[in-house]
Amino acid sequence: MAAETPELKRTGAERESMQALYAQLLVGLINGSFYALLSLGLAVIFGMLNIINFAHGALYMMGAFVAYFLLNIWGINYWWALLLSPIVVGIFGMILERTMLKFLTGLDHLYGLLLTFGLALIIQGVFQNFFGSSGLPYSIPDQLRGGMNLGFMFLPVYRGWVVVFSLVVCLATWFLIERTRLGAYLRAATENPTLVRAFGINVPRMITLTYGLGVGLAALAGVLSAPINQVRPLMGADLIIVVFAVVVIGGMGSIMGSIITGFALGVIEGLTKYFYPEASNTVVFVLMVLVLLVKPTGLTGRAA
Amino acid sequence: MSKTAVASLLLSTALSFAAISAACADDKIVKIGALSDQSGLYADLGGPGSTLAAQMAVEDSGMTGKGWKIDIIAGDHQNKPDIGVNIARQWFDVDKVDVIVDVPNSGVALAVSNIVKEKNGILLDSGAGTSDLTNAQCTPNTIHWTYDTYTLAHGTGTALTKSGGDSWFFLTADYAFGAALERDTTAAVKATGGKVLGGVKAPLSTADFSSFLLQAQASKAKIIGLANAGADTTNSIKQAAEFGITSGGQKLAALLLFITDVHSLGLKTAQGLNFTETFYWDMNDATRAFAKRFQERMKNHNMPTMVHAGVYSSLLHYFKALEALGGNPHDGAKVVAKMKDMPTDDQLFGKGSIEPNGRKIHPAYLFEVKTPAESKGPWDYYKLVSTIPAEDAFTPLDKSTCPLLKK
Amino acid sequence: MTALTDDTLPMTPRAMRDEMIMFGIMAVLLAVVPFTGIYPFFVMQGLCFALVACAFNLLIGYGGLLSFGHAMFLGTAGYCAAHALKVWNLPPELGIVVGTAAACVLGIITGYVSIRRQGIYFSMITLALSQLLYFIYLQAPFTHGEDGIQGIPQGRLFGIFDLSRPTTLYYMVLIGFLAAFLLIYRTINSPFGEVLKSIRENEQRAISLGYKTDHYKWLAFVLSGTLAGFAGALKVFVAQNASLTDVHWSMSGEIVLMTLVGGLGTVFGPVVGAFVIVAMQQYLASFGQWVTVIQGVIFVACVLLFRRGIVGEVAHFFKRSL
Repeated sequence: MAAETPELKRTGAERESMQALYAQLLVGLINGSFYALLSLGLAVIFGMLNIINFAHGALYMMGAFVAYFLLNIWGINYWWALLLSPIVVGIFGMILERTMLKFLTGLDHLYGLLLTFGLALIIQGVFQNFFGSSGLPYSIPDQLRGGMNLGFMFLPVYRGWVVVFSLVVCLATWFLIERTRLGAYLRAATENPTLVRAFGINVPRMITLTYGLGVGLAALAGVLSAPINQVRPLMGADLIIVVFAVVVIGGMGSIMGSIITGFALGVIEGLTKYFYPEASNTVVFVLMVLVLLVKPTGLTGRAA
Repeated sequence: MSKTAVASLLLSTALSFAAISAACADDKIVKIGALSDQSGLYADLGGPGSTLAAQMAVEDSGMTGKGWKIDIIAGDHQNKPDIGVNIARQWFDVDKVDVIVDVPNSGVALAVSNIVKEKNGILLDSGAGTSDLTNAQCTPNTIHWTYDTYTLAHGTGTALTKSGGDSWFFLTADYAFGAALERDTTAAVKATGGKVLGGVKAPLSTADFSSFLLQAQASKAKIIGLANAGADTTNSIKQAAEFGITSGGQKLAALLLFITDVHSLGLKTAQGLNFTETFYWDMNDATRAFAKRFQERMKNHNMPTMVHAGVYSSLLHYFKALEALGGNPHDGAKVVAKMKDMPTDDQLFGKGSIEPNGRKIHPAYLFEVKTPAESKGPWDYYKLVSTIPAEDAFTPLDKSTCPLLKK
Repeated sequence: MTALTDDTLPMTPRAMRDEMIMFGIMAVLLAVVPFTGIYPFFVMQGLCFALVACAFNLLIGYGGLLSFGHAMFLGTAGYCAAHALKVWNLPPELGIVVGTAAACVLGIITGYVSIRRQGIYFSMITLALSQLLYFIYLQAPFTHGEDGIQGIPQGRLFGIFDLSRPTTLYYMVLIGFLAAFLLIYRTINSPFGEVLKSIRENEQRAISLGYKTDHYKWLAFVLSGTLAGFAGALKVFVAQNASLTDVHWSMSGEIVLMTLVGGLGTVFGPVVGAFVIVAMQQYLASFGQWVTVIQGVIFVACVLLFRRGIVGEVAHFFKRSL
């Protein structure tokens, strides 16, 4: 008996640390869903417009703000915001595309990056002027309040919802682009716009809609994050850089690739937060360096 | 005697005459520079409100009625030390500013304090937290008015441990400020007989704290100390509520929190939080009257933070010193020395004094955020838990590392 | 893909003469600044940023590589120089050497990683690398995190020149700037610069001609980073502090903006752009909150309307190379 006690203790401690590990994995998955949604949007836009959308973080922020306005000005709840906010921000994005981005066709890619960086500064600056920096509260919808005890952790219902919902959205987008006729046109137009135009398809409109879709995905991520984080003008500014690293790691060649990398990096980051928290904000960048050294085109990417 | 020697002699005589005449010509002109973060993280707790507080101090002092001419200019340091230094240097060189007030953001405050010393101006700092301003980096030209990291750490750490919160877990922002807060609070907790069960260092500007909060929850500590600031604090408080940490019986202690943060969080999320401040608008009739006037004139109708109150009361004391001197000598060190000689007394902070290292001392208060049910109206947010007497609220002089004290 | 500038005329003697005249005018104008009553610290700051922008321009304008992380060189050199001056008590000249060398080493490492991808990927990688460094500096003890390194002694250059006197300091910064500027100018017009330009125009062709393009790009990256670091080390003497501002991505954005406003791929553009942006920050300070918005508008306007930038448009108008 006496000999067994330390053994028992150790397994007890082990079980506890395993439980903590599961909890961190799950929490990582939640962050991963934001990375996945954002890098998916970037990939969709890049595929069609050949532009890296630096304004993605700002538009993500706008998504959260629109949800806030809907609730506090018109009393429109979270569920409608999930639908309306991406549409509103998507339309805003399409206006940007029609009035500015479209003039960059044929120019060096770098101009797209510079233009969208400028747009990001403007959008963030304007919001900062009107709403300050400390942020506005947005509470969790009543249906998703509370949490469940999973045995190894206390999981707030809302977090579970974020993972499930964003997985569904990601897969739906993947299906739309890879498995439908519309998606086929899209992919064809990326490869050879002239040929697709010859089939009587309005390529410029398709480009606009694609940009709207990518931006809408960012806004959707914004709505999802509004109840978790304060709604702040700068909420997307730092996030976008991490998402860039995710995109470099995954490559933007495939839709599925960016989804999987997004989730995977969320999990890796979650584990780092447990084992070596000091490095949790740098781990994605370090991974990026390692991937570049081993496989310069990224994990799933085609050669640039 | 060579020509150059004659010339230099003449020059030096001329200069000394100029110096004497300048010293005689104590005029009654004062220029105040309100240097703050006008749009960033600290804009709500300082920013335009600090400029307003400075204006109110000028009006309330009645100095203009006594023949003084006082101007205020405002600047935005954008939380960048180099921009802050540039503005300050230009204010002294070109605009002839006498005194700079507010300056939130420790990095900017330390940088500006160096320039202020070099130009022999005055810095009445209200917004910055770093206790270095009155320790290793103290200068004869700086007075640190409202609070510092020592106040926050000792106030919250000691008072909470005494009232039964004797086991702590820290969620620390991984940079100098967070580390200093954690170190000071740990010392206070241990000195009061509490123990620290552990801590986790979260990188600055982390958006998601869930992982760290899970570790805090698992520690089963009674108090979770948040050694962070700004958006990090508000986000971690919000997510702690989500993970059921506060409803599970653990208490959150925010080591740096302002009333504007509570306002932006909302009582539903912020209720039950403990933290230390040196001013709250609803303390007595005088503070309520000040707050009411302030709120009416504030563009966003916020209540004054302790930083705003500090700007106001430090300027009032500055004016008193000028009056005692009978004019503005435009000599920063001289005015600061006079300010240190005079006991302070104003309606917002009560009676107090300024120590030789430039530390203004006054009582601090441990507050708890009310529940929505307890709150009787907008901005009715705090209830007083305990008062920390002035001598306990700030670094004891014998522990200060300020070089000015070694004579 | 079109080239970044359409004014890359082959170097003619006339163009060379024009540029030398311009350089002379610029040097004389800058040399008389202390006697004009213009606030010298403003000009010194402008010069430091102008040098960073020139170094950045070497990479984008002549190598076609848009680095969105140039602040890392500025900041790294600043921190290392500041640490050397304040903690090791090194004299100013050695402080500058330490800072510049640190930026050079950083350039070798980050260049090795980032030149593996082209175009926008390169931009994203440099941005990510600079963010990585930002976080490291935020946590490293020697940088004092958010407080930064303060009160850096300016000392005496070579033991003779007292740098705490604004005029002396000004001339040190000016000489440093002009020397680095000439080095960049010389590089652009060297065979090395010609190869860089050919890589920018058509990398495949350059490869087929037998050039190891990666080596050229790497070298250009290291040179650009080192010079940006030199500017960062000079800036330490002007600002007397080293802080996180200089490593933040928004600083990288400002460097890009300066060059874009002045004119990508023009010799004098970055200098003009840097002074425009620094002046704007200085004199629009009262607009406080709106400065970022204004910067964003300038970005958008430059990209949509004045892709050649100020100097580029002027040069195009006079059909000269500047």
